[in-house]
Parts: sequence; structure tokens; C-alpha cells
Amino acid sequence: MLKLEARPEQSKLMSVMSPVLALAITVVIGTILFMLLGKDPMRGLYVFFVEPLKSVYALTELAMKATPLILIALGLAVCFRSNVWNIGAEGQFVVGAIAAAGVAMQAGPDTGRWIVVPVLVAGVLGGMVWSGIVAFLRDRFNANEILVSLMLVYVADQVLGYLVYGPWKDPAGFNFPQTITFLKSTAVPKLFTGFRVNIGVILALLAVGGFWVLLFRTYAGFQLQVGGLAPAAARYAGFSSRKALWTALLLSGGMAGLAGALEVAGPLGQLTPYVPAGYGFAAIIVAYVGRLHPVGIIFSAILMSMFYIGGELAQSRLGLPKSLTGVFQGLLLFTLLACDTLIVYRIRWQAARPVPPKAMPIPAATLTTGKGA
Amino acid sequence: MLRLELVNISKQYPAVKANDSVNLKVEPGEIHAVLGENGAGKSTMMKMIYGAVRPDEGEIRWNGQAVNIRNPQEARHLGISMVFQHFSLFDTLSAAENVWLGLDKSLSLAEVTQRMMKVEKEYGLDVEPLRPVHTLSVGERQRVEIVRALMTNPKCLILDEPTSVLTPQAVDKLFVTLRKLAAEGTSILYISHKLDEIRALCTNCTVLRGGKVTGTVDPRTETNAGLSRLMIGAEPPQLQHKQAKLGAVVLDVRGLSLPKEDHFGMNLTDIRLQVKAGEIVGIAGVSGNGQQELMAAMSGEDTRSPPDSIHLFGKDISNHSPRKRRKEGLHFVPEERLGRGAVPTLSLAANTLLTRTEAVDRSGWVRTAEVTKLAQELIRRFNVKAGGPDAAAKSLSGGNLQKFIVGREIHANPKLLIVSQPTWGVDVGAAAQIRGELLALRDQGCALLVVSEELDELFEICDRLVVIAQGRVSPSVATSAATIEMIGEWMSGLWDKSARQNEESLHAQA
Repeated sequence: MLKLEARPEQSKLMSVMSPVLALAITVVIGTILFMLLGKDPMRGLYVFFVEPLKSVYALTELAMKATPLILIALGLAVCFRSNVWNIGAEGQFVVGAIAAAGVAMQAGPDTGRWIVVPVLVAGVLGGMVWSGIVAFLRDRFNANEILVSLMLVYVADQVLGYLVYGPWKDPAGFNFPQTITFLKSTAVPKLFTGFRVNIGVILALLAVGGFWVLLFRTYAGFQLQVGGLAPAAARYAGFSSRKALWTALLLSGGMAGLAGALEVAGPLGQLTPYVPAGYGFAAIIVAYVGRLHPVGIIFSAILMSMFYIGGELAQSRLGLPKSLTGVFQGLLLFTLLACDTLIVYRIRWQAARPVPPKAMPIPAATLTTGKGA
Repeated sequence: MLRLELVNISKQYPAVKANDSVNLKVEPGEIHAVLGENGAGKSTMMKMIYGAVRPDEGEIRWNGQAVNIRNPQEARHLGISMVFQHFSLFDTLSAAENVWLGLDKSLSLAEVTQRMMKVEKEYGLDVEPLRPVHTLSVGERQRVEIVRALMTNPKCLILDEPTSVLTPQAVDKLFVTLRKLAAEGTSILYISHKLDEIRALCTNCTVLRGGKVTGTVDPRTETNAGLSRLMIGAEPPQLQHKQAKLGAVVLDVRGLSLPKEDHFGMNLTDIRLQVKAGEIVGIAGVSGNGQQELMAAMSGEDTRSPPDSIHLFGKDISNHSPRKRRKEGLHFVPEERLGRGAVPTLSLAANTLLTRTEAVDRSGWVRTAEVTKLAQELIRRFNVKAGGPDAAAKSLSGGNLQKFIVGREIHANPKLLIVSQPTWGVDVGAAAQIRGELLALRDQGCALLVVSEELDELFEICDRLVVIAQGRVSPSVATSAATIEMIGEWMSGLWDKSARQNEESLHAQA
């Protein structure tokens, strides 16, 4: 049978190369997949890896997709480094979008461009409230944050559904489940005329710098990481684990909320049931493929965006289902985890050893007396 | 025929040649000591025998046959068992479950538990098999490791610093065990820095220095000084013990009682203790008698202490956090180096930030150049052998990491330094250096409280001693007036009688 055994020494080079290796394996498996589907693999790879980079327009679209991924993944990287497992960024994204939409709908014909700021702030606060629930339940009742954050995603989806099918439905929208189209004044300013990409990209890049500083140059960031790496050392040093929990969750919730606000007040321009696009879950992969490092996250976010765009192109050009995007994203995470495991462990083939027969069955009574002793 | 032979074994690490053509010959039934300073290459040698590390050159022979030991499982299959200095136990499992995991699965857990109790009884290793490991003290965890190794009936047993956390009686018992095992034909490789123990127990001794063998001698015919010369090239430095210049009371524990936090902890009951500036007070006791709980209450890791129970310079600090206490001059060195005193995966530079915040601005900005400088200063001043400020804490040997951690706290100029197990698993040279540093700090007027399970150490550096037993602390006694027998008796909690006698004799004099 196959066995994993710890390697005596780990290769430093390989732990840096692991994401690249994972990408290469993903490409190989992707090629086989295209062949099995009866498509020309070269054309398939072209659609996924070249076409999204071919023109200025394609590049701006790529940047627009990468923006929410970068923002959310940055917050998640802090969470994961602090050993706080927030996997509900999707829900925080949705609530951020709802809160931003709530403010955006208040704009009247005379409202100035300043409204964009409260729209974005509302998004941040919305996300924070949603992740704050997780922090509160964990802090007060020691509820598992993985389960709570994940389940709150579905609660957020239901809240969104209620609003767009109910009180926030556009009265002039032919009964479609959507809000009014927000006024122009609420739209996040675009970077260039003619392209959809907006200042969200700038915000994301600023956030990368900010998170790099937080993690590697501030005492608060150091405290968060120590709490994740060695809780006993954090206790010894006197770093509060409660503070770390709240900081990590509020930060990641805020970032996801901001991403939600940028999305709803940017390319979407209204609230629909299709706001949850899976960015919150994809960002988990982005954070890991980026090695939980702010700069690494930029690259992995771009890669993931290529999968999104490539999936859409594969649908129109090759007649393949759009869910190919998810397949590629999943493959990448899977191969990355496999590569990481093989850096620490090696596989060995071991002949199954015969299990010697038991001399005597143990009476149940022995067990209970054993426990009582 | 030799049981085990190492022929011209070499191992090169990126920074250092850990083993340089070393040779080792072990007969069946022999208790063979491996002696050497931290970083001399003892651990690397043992890891190669145990299959955890592969040699670059040379040959390992087992019962006369060249073998290629690729992993610990193959080593165990050959009959080589090892008890590590750093434990490899799962915290959330019970002692018995941990032992069970290391065995092949032909036995049921209940059988393993029963066999464990038998082995424990036979060899005087007292551990409750059903207790979860996270509730065990360091000493108890080590006993679990030893029991686990013995359960496989090894042909060659490697012990890495096994006695450092055992009581004198337990050490004697362990020696009886080891001699019995040797008489049954088991070869024992005994890694230690305690020269007296090696001379009492071992029949052969290989000494390493700087990755090379400097001698193979019969320790029974050698003196401590002779072994020391082989090991460090000189005799161990003698400690300068000056007359204590006592100052004001620094730490005053006034009747501290604290209920245990978990089921297997120890209640602290009415603890009274004073430490003055310029003295070292030692806390003796067998591990698991409330030392961990008392240390957590002193350091601020446990802030449940009732108001007014702990005073620092007359100020109530009972509910102050560790950081606040450090600002007030109280620094603490915990017994676990990796994971508590230092974060294993972080660099030495980053690890200074755990307790040292000179390089942190008010705004929370960390001046990294200054952090690196502090780490460099600590490495230089306390003679830490490390790759540099960027070396991960886990890459250091136990003694060097301990020098770094103790150095980090001493360098902060504390007014009260509390140290738990200052030289646990640390070799002669490093231990002497750490003790010397503690004495120097005392002479500068710092108050020190030292918890140790090594009585020799307490007698060597302390001015006064107290004993902790069953969560109670004995009255203090001047080290000059104490004897090992008396302290040993107090360790069982029997100080009331002798303390009363002391009082009576005082009354009689009055």
C-alpha cells in the first residue's frame, strides 16, 4: 500500500516553486481534459492562457476580475495566518454589496459624486457586521468559526433574495428580481473612458501595500501571526487571542464587503440575485496559491481571473460548459496542496504486512475497568 | 560481534559539518555514553542511526552487516529505539494512545494500557496511561517517551538526555532499569552532559567535539575534569559566588490560592513567598506539583489570581497581563523553549519581538534594522551558535536557543527575573554560562526566582530555597543551612515537622 512518510529535509527551492509546478500540472491535466472532450487542446489552452492577455481591453477586463479577488484574499491571508478560519468571505461580500446598494439607492438627481465614498464605506461596514457575528459567536460561545462563517453565506444569499424579490424590487422592472439601476453619480469612477475597469484596481494595489506593511512591518501584524503560529508563545508574550480573533475577522469581513461594494456600484450597477459570483470562495484559493503573501496574491488573483475569463471564452468559442472555470480553479488548488504535501512528505510503496492474529479477544469489561483506573 | 558500528560517517549541513568521519563501536549489552557540547554532533549522529537523517559518507553496520537505514521505521524494525529530547507526543491523546500509535496494531488499546502499567511498575516510571498528554508536565511526558521506547523490546536503545527532568530517586530507578536491560543484552546509547551520571552508569564513552571524535574512554576510570577536557577542551569554568547584597522586597506573594484550570492540574494553596533584590530564590520539587500553575500565575499568562495576592515593589500586580508585568520589570523564561519561549518557524530577530519592544514605535511600526541589531547583539553577547539573526528558532540546538531566550530576558535589564528550568537539556558549557549570567544579574541587584528540578543546580546558584509539593510552598531555608536529604524529604510535603522543630528551637533560645 502507499504510505506518506516525512522527509528528513525539506527543499527550500521547491516550496517557492510549488505554485509554478502546480500550474504546470494543471495545464497538463487541462490538456488531457480538452482531448477527452474532443477539442483541440492547443486551442483550449490558447483560450485560457493567451486570449485573456491579448488586447488592452482583455487586460482591463482581467484587472477588473482580479480586483475583488485581491481585496478578499488579502483579508483572508491575515485570517489564515492568524489561525482564524474564515471561509465565509462570500457572505461578507454579499452583505457588503447589499449595504452599498442600500446607500446607493438613496441618491437623488442632485446628489454629488461624494456619494461614492459612503457607498464604499457602507460596503466595508456591511462585511464587518457579517464577520463580526462570526467573531462574536466564537468569542462568546466558542462556536466553530469555519461552520458559522460558511453557514452565514447562505443566510446572506437568502437576505439578498428577500430584498430583490421583495421590498427593494424595482417597481418599473417588469417584475424581474432586481433593484433599480443606480444613478450615474453613485458609480465607482472609471479609470479610462471606454473600459469597464475602475479605481477599484488602484484601491486593491494600495491594499496590497497596506497589508504588506501590516504583516511585516507592524507590531499588530506580528502579534496576529504569532497567535497563529504558536498560541502558547502568544500567551507568554501577552498577546490577546481575543483581539487577534476580532481583528482578523473584522479586517477580512471589511475587505470582502469593500469588494462587494465595488462590484455592485461598479460593473453591476444594481442588485440582482446574481451578485454572489463565487469570488469569496475563489479568494480562498487565491490566498493559498499566493502563499498568503500580499504580493503573491496579485499573481494568483490574475491567474484565477484568467480562468474566469477563459471559462467564458471556452463557452462561446469552443462550446464547452462554463463550469470549466471551476474545474480549473479546483485543479489548481488540488495540485498545489499535493505539491505542498510532497515537499514535506514522500510517497513510499510498502507491501502490506500480515497482521498477526490476536491471541485472545479482549472482553469488554477490561476496557471499562481500564478507563475507570 | 559488534551490535552497532559507525565507520567514517560524515554529514554536511549547509552551514556546518555536523559529523566529520566519526567512528563508534557498541557491543551487545553495553551502556555506551556519547558526550559532547551542544552542536558537537551528538544529535546528528543519533538521528543517522535512527534513520531520521542520512549520512553523506561512511557506513553503518548492524550486527556486522552494512545497513542502509532509510527511515525511523526501518530502524525500529532492526530493533533500534530512540527517546528524543524534544518530545513527539500528540497533546490531545492520552499517554496510552500515544504509546499505542508507535506500536504495530496487533494489540488493542486496553492491552497496551495494561502492558504499559506493567512496564511502568517494573521500571519505576510513574505515568497514568489514561491522562491526556497536554495535562502532563515535561517530566511526565519524558516518562511516556521512555515507556513507549521500552514497549518495543529494543536491541539498541538511544536515550537523549533522559534524566534531566527526573528526581534523584527516579534517576536511580532508571539506572536500575537500564542496567537490567543491558544485562538482558540490550545495547544502550546514552547521551548526556551529566558527567557524574555517565561515570556511574556507563562502561564506555565516545566524546565528540566540533563534529569529530576526540576520544573513546572508559568513564569509570576517568575524572570529571578529564572528561570535560575531552569535551570542551578545558575544564568547566568555576562560578563566582559573591556575598549577597540584599535590597528591598521585590516580589511578595501573599497567600496565593488558585483553583486548577483543568482536571489534571494542581490547585495552588496559600502560597507565601518573598524575593528580595540581589538574591536568588530557588523552588525545588518534583515536576507536576504545581510549578506550571505557579509560573503561569507569576508570569501573567494566568491572570485569575485574586486581588492583593501578588505584589511587585509593593504594587498589586495580580491581574496584570504579561506585557504590563514586563513593563514593570518582571521578565520570565518559560520551561518550553520551542512554541512558548520562541516561535519555532520565525527568525531569531522576529523572536526578540515577543518580549522586547524597544524597536516598536508608538504607532506600532517595527524598525526592522533595530530588531536585527538586537538579535545580533544577543547572539554575540551570549555566545549563541546560530546561522545569524535570520536563522529560524527551530534550527538552533536546545542549549543555544536557551542561551538566546535567557539572554533576551537578561538583556532587558529586568528587576525581577523568573526562570523555569534554566538549563533543562543544556550541556555543561552552556549550563555553566547560563548559571554564571544569572549570578551576574543577581550581583547587579536583580531579584531572581528559579524553578528547577535539578537539585544540584539550585544548590549551586541559590541563596534561599523553598520546596513546592502538592501545590503548597514550604517556608524558605538558607541554602547554606539546607541539605539534599532535607530538601528531598520536603519534596514529599513533609516540611511541617522540621519547620516546627526550627520554630521550637527558636522559642527555646528566646
